[in-house]
Amino acid sequence: MTDWTDKDPIVSIKDVHKYFGELQVLKGVSLDVMKGEVICIIGPSGSGKSTLIRCVNALNDIQGGSITVRGIDLTDPKLDKLALRKRVGMVFQQYNLFPHKTALENIMMAPTLVLKENEEDVRRRAQDLMKKVRLEGKEDAYPGELSGGQQQRVAIARSLAMSPDVMLFDEVTAALDPETVKEVLVTIKDLAQEGMTCILVTHEMGFAREIADHIYFTDNGVIVEHGPPATFFSEAKDPRTKEFLSQIL
Amino acid sequence: MDFLAEFFRQLAEDYPRWNFIWMYQPVQQGKILSGIWMTIQLSVACLILSMVIGVLGAFAQGSRNVILRSIVQGYIQFFRNTPPYVQLLFFYFALGQFTPTYSPDGWLEVPIISNVGWAIISLSFFAGAFNVEIFRAGIEAVPESTREASESLGFSRGQTYRYVVLPLALRVSLPALNNNLVNLVKTTTQAFGIAVPELLYQSVTIWNDYPSALYPTMLLVFVVYIVLVGLLVMSMSRWEKTMRIPGYGS
Repeated sequence: MTDWTDKDPIVSIKDVHKYFGELQVLKGVSLDVMKGEVICIIGPSGSGKSTLIRCVNALNDIQGGSITVRGIDLTDPKLDKLALRKRVGMVFQQYNLFPHKTALENIMMAPTLVLKENEEDVRRRAQDLMKKVRLEGKEDAYPGELSGGQQQRVAIARSLAMSPDVMLFDEVTAALDPETVKEVLVTIKDLAQEGMTCILVTHEMGFAREIADHIYFTDNGVIVEHGPPATFFSEAKDPRTKEFLSQIL
Repeated sequence: MDFLAEFFRQLAEDYPRWNFIWMYQPVQQGKILSGIWMTIQLSVACLILSMVIGVLGAFAQGSRNVILRSIVQGYIQFFRNTPPYVQLLFFYFALGQFTPTYSPDGWLEVPIISNVGWAIISLSFFAGAFNVEIFRAGIEAVPESTREASESLGFSRGQTYRYVVLPLALRVSLPALNNNLVNLVKTTTQAFGIAVPELLYQSVTIWNDYPSALYPTMLLVFVVYIVLVGLLVMSMSRWEKTMRIPGYGS
């Protein structure tokens, strides 16, 4: 662990190469994220964008390059994964809640088991988080009794309960119907406005334009084009980016 | 109760094929009761031991150690592909030869593992082999993505197993486990082969001594097993019900 200050990027990805067997999915990707920044990664399916953010909390390992999160070097063979995962929260496309636990228990599990915090304190915090994601009154519901959008908001609250410094969102609205997409996006927007550092992989172009500080377009394992939303959508130069945007917008 | 005994004594006189001898003769009644008690003890011991074997085996199968995994695999293949009756005879007559003995009075040589002990060991390993596969299937049914979620929250491998994978796997396993345990209870009758005094053994001694008691005693054996298995199934489905998660699965 190196000394990290607020002026350094909180997440620094340098020339990352990732293989699944013979298949190379990331071919030298670099990007930096500063504290409080919101970045969106867009691109066609199979372009490696989900793989990239899964690497940021060490769910996938990398074969070349380096990633640091708040000075923690992820390529260190003696990497303390627990220390990393306290810093980085992740929300998945399929919510992945624990189906045998109520909404509140889902949120409480990690702080009580992993951080060994006092159960009553955790309960109070979990109740506050339920309010924050606008799910007051659903504390005792099981995931199977909640809609997709509600489950996803519980999943966001579950990650927030660990008080992370960075939140990763992996196509979190892709499995939702259009009506519930909005409630999840509002929750993420609240977070971004509070200054949470967010890395989103998304297909919601309008949302990306609205909240992102910086947008990256990936294709075939490389970052093809990037820029702030104001210029990214109107002044894309790369032909692949243009083609992609023309199909979506 | 006397009038009941009197009724069956009269019945045996009027209809010689229907001699419910254990309804009026204390010695035969004692045999039946001790047989039922032995069957219950045997069943409960095998149920518990076979589930312990199942959980340990399933856990060992998930290990990274190739040798451990192949030992478990070999164990499953052997016990699943050979008849339980042959296994029982093998344990008692072949392995029984090599177990140490002790002498309570200086004359007798008593093996430290009795025939009841061998029956419990052999039947538990038999049912345990199936339980390993049942629990393994349950563990594999827990989606990788659920495991990833707990991993990304900082759970250790052990915590992920204990708090996430096993509770879900158990729920998936229960119906198949139910079936296997029902079979196990019925398979305990094969302990008859090594003279374990369980219900079937006692019943055979009765109808050998009193051929007129053949039909009633066979009827009794059926009824006892229907009741025992019925109780097991009832408690298993109660267990399934308490484990049911609202909105999850069927």
